[in-house]
Amino acid sequence: MEIRRDIFQAIADPTRRAIIALIALQAMTPNAIAEHFDTTRQAVSKHLRILSECELITQKQQGREIYYQLEVNKMKEIDKWLDQYRKIWETQFNQLDKVLSTIKKHK
Amino acid sequence: MNNHLSFDFTVDKAAKTVYITREFAAELSLVWDAFTKAEILDQWVAPKPWTSKTKYMNFEVGGRRFYAMVSPEGQERWAIQEYTAITPKTNFKMYNAFADKDENPELPGSEWEYNFSEQNGITKVSITIFNESLDRLERMIEMGFKEGFTMSIGNLEKLLTTLSQK
Repeated sequence: MEIRRDIFQAIADPTRRAIIALIALQAMTPNAIAEHFDTTRQAVSKHLRILSECELITQKQQGREIYYQLEVNKMKEIDKWLDQYRKIWETQFNQLDKVLSTIKKHK
Repeated sequence: MNNHLSFDFTVDKAAKTVYITREFAAELSLVWDAFTKAEILDQWVAPKPWTSKTKYMNFEVGGRRFYAMVSPEGQERWAIQEYTAITPKTNFKMYNAFADKDENPELPGSEWEYNFSEQNGITKVSITIFNESLDRLERMIEMGFKEGFTMSIGNLEKLLTTLSQK
């Protein structure tokens, strides 16, 4: 079964938000990221995996180390999406304005 | 045309909650009807040129609206709204989920709360959507934009003519 990751789910977790904030400043290795948290390495790895599956972060190899970096464009994409959603509401409400004024005229 | 009427749209991404507030130039009872009666809902909730078709609606606690958004080609996207709390002309809550044509919901859905208030003939509607997911937003956006999404003057005139004939 394919589980589609949801970006809202990705950023709903406080640890994952902290990871995003950390690597927004600079790409970091999993170990360097884990040092910032009291939880186990496994727990941090799991958060990194979820963020990767959401394509919010990507890996890059540098020498022997793997670095995680933030996909800023993916974050921007969320806002772009939300703006489209906002426009749908705006249009719906404009339609409702017309319906309301028509009903009022016929009362 | 209603530039003085406020419209707010904010999203708390971490809490997966969407807040929408809009004012309407109409008395509360009429706006309440527009959100709670199928025959009026069907006239405005679909992003044009899609249309809304309500199969049935029981606006009572535990009751449902089972409806479809229908594309110009006749493609149907079904959804269920189940009412979980109603305080007439003040507030209602519902659980919203996409469904198939046989009324099987696709869980999880999202929880919606509507609040209504009137001041000087202007009715304010506040909508809060809890536990919204980007997946669901994606589907709404896809639906809304697939067909171009702009409401043409022709569509508007057709609606107004139909209403006038009633």
